[in-house]
Amino acid sequence: MSSRDTILSRLRNRSGGELSEPHCDFTVLQRPSSSQAARVDQFQKTIEPVHGEVHRCTRESWIAQLVDLLASRGARSLLVPSEHQIGRALRDCGRDDLPHMLVYDEPIESWQAHLFNEVDAAITSTRGGIAETGTLILWPTPDEPRLMSLVPPIHIAVLEASEIYTTFHEAMLAQNWASGMPTNALLVSGPSKTADIEQTLAYGVHGPKELIILVIE
Amino acid sequence: MSQTTAQDPHHIDVKEFHSRARAAIADPKIRQNFRKAMDGLMVKRQDAFEGWDLEALRDLGANIRLRALANLPDLLEALETKLTANGIRVHWAIDSDEACRIVRDICIARDAKTVIKGKSMVSEEMELNHYLKDQGIEALESDLGEYIVQLAGETPSHIIMPAIHKNTAEISELLHEKTGTDLSNDVEYLTAAARLQLREKFMNADVGVSGVNFAVAETGTLCLVENEGNGRMTTTVPPCHIAVTGIEKVVGNLEDVAPLLALLTRSATGQHITTYFNMISSPRKPNELDGPEEVHLVLVDNGRSSIYQDDELLDTLRCIRCGACMNHCPVYTRVGGHAYGTTYPGPIGKILMPHLIGLDEGQHLPTASSLCGACGEVCPVKIPIPDLLVRLRQESVDGDKLNPAKVRGHGAKRNALEALVWKGWSWMHARPGVYRFGTAVAARLRNLQPGRLGGWTKYRTAPKLAAKTLHERMKERGQ
Repeated sequence: MSSRDTILSRLRNRSGGELSEPHCDFTVLQRPSSSQAARVDQFQKTIEPVHGEVHRCTRESWIAQLVDLLASRGARSLLVPSEHQIGRALRDCGRDDLPHMLVYDEPIESWQAHLFNEVDAAITSTRGGIAETGTLILWPTPDEPRLMSLVPPIHIAVLEASEIYTTFHEAMLAQNWASGMPTNALLVSGPSKTADIEQTLAYGVHGPKELIILVIE
Repeated sequence: MSQTTAQDPHHIDVKEFHSRARAAIADPKIRQNFRKAMDGLMVKRQDAFEGWDLEALRDLGANIRLRALANLPDLLEALETKLTANGIRVHWAIDSDEACRIVRDICIARDAKTVIKGKSMVSEEMELNHYLKDQGIEALESDLGEYIVQLAGETPSHIIMPAIHKNTAEISELLHEKTGTDLSNDVEYLTAAARLQLREKFMNADVGVSGVNFAVAETGTLCLVENEGNGRMTTTVPPCHIAVTGIEKVVGNLEDVAPLLALLTRSATGQHITTYFNMISSPRKPNELDGPEEVHLVLVDNGRSSIYQDDELLDTLRCIRCGACMNHCPVYTRVGGHAYGTTYPGPIGKILMPHLIGLDEGQHLPTASSLCGACGEVCPVKIPIPDLLVRLRQESVDGDKLNPAKVRGHGAKRNALEALVWKGWSWMHARPGVYRFGTAVAARLRNLQPGRLGGWTKYRTAPKLAAKTLHERMKERGQ
């Protein structure tokens, strides 16, 4: 008998007999409804203590704010999505004070060293946010691959204020995640960090050192 | 010499718990490192649950885990079907050896020479690094704490914070000696140095090995909880990802993950959520530009299906590996993680390890507890840890005739004299006349009681029997 069959048969022929299934009451996760402004406030209040940097913008102002933020960090290169509106807007805005822009349009194998060593920042869209935990929802796509939000030292995420949910539970139900998950879905709550050395927090251990969130209101 | 450097971590005699515990207690550095860390974690956990109906949340967590266990074989099959449809290959391992062989065979088939690892306690249980090394495959830990522990040639002393037994100065010296970094107490500097060293390794690794926090049957999704990003690197950069997990980690629905995640991170480190919650459902698809082309899941039994047979012991399998029980354990805080000599230390280790290594080998584990109950009170999925400790104590002496012992190696601590004493005790208590006569005689002879009772009176005065029995006193009061 294969190990699979041995394990399954041991579990099925349990000597203690069949187990009863308890009822699971999810009401403890429910929250009173709140306004969009309150959710943005809560999101900001929760992510800032873990070094998520929040900037409130409008559809008109975000590019100018981004230019300032990147300039203040001396970023020389910015990875942008090729298809998504964010990438198009940046490429079409005509500003010459943005860093050199590049797109992730080839398999990682052909430019891994460049991505790891030369790219200063990347900007991606998000699939929403979670106010209670100060969290961004990312579903990487061929247009915005997985390593975009992980490898460059600065990750800038664009978050629509209207897409901030109160809890993770609410977000996954509202977006019907159970009907089909992507290759990789992510919750991101701040820049990469560790407390493995004597519980002292240090940021940017393996992933981005900075997470900048542009909330579009 | 500290407890941590004295032994080859792969040949520890678990039965030597007492001597290791004594050495740890005598080491002020170990005690200080643990005390400081555990005190902080207890406060953080409490703060993180502020505003929550914690009892209701713990009930939900417990019920989700119990529901998953009630359907375990069905869920495992459903998980396998869904993962396979998603393109993830599923393997089953009856024990650690088989799990190691499966990982090795995948590596050999890919001609892989280097493996980068994300944090995985099951791989510690398998002693995978050791095994792969013997097979000529280099396995490098990438979680900073695990990296430090691996450089030191040690094993983790805590399931969430593997290097918690070391302070900054010790880590600085270690990194200096092994990797040539400057001596520094600047944690930012030390972390940045490790980042650089490991980025190189991520780029060149042939295989990434990770653990799994929750495996969702409904969608065929592997969930990983982490802060550093090394888990994402491990599961995204190398061309092949192998996840290893215990068979009990499966849950039915995606929805189940939300409350378990809320409980896990708050209980573990007092975080509302970790930096990353990484949900993987498929290898790289044809039009995608990164991610591994191959993803494998190794489902490891290693004694779990035996635990599953018994209604009471089954509760051990609810565990979501948060470590709150060790953070709150007065014994763990004093002796540290290495004293136990087991993969999982602290209260969860005391109830889990006897099943994995046998109750003969792990006979001291269930007794390394004051039964204060803190572990059971903080457990996010309400595992009755103190009850299980008592049960294992009974099993280790074959002490319950009505419920025969079941755990492998049971009865190892049974002592003929002790058994006879308890038999006499039980005989006397079943006979009121004999009991009254016995206690009355004992009360009269109280002055003959020894004043020194071995280890007990080393730090205490010996208890003395009352001059009159309770029955006599009640009689005097006319009742």
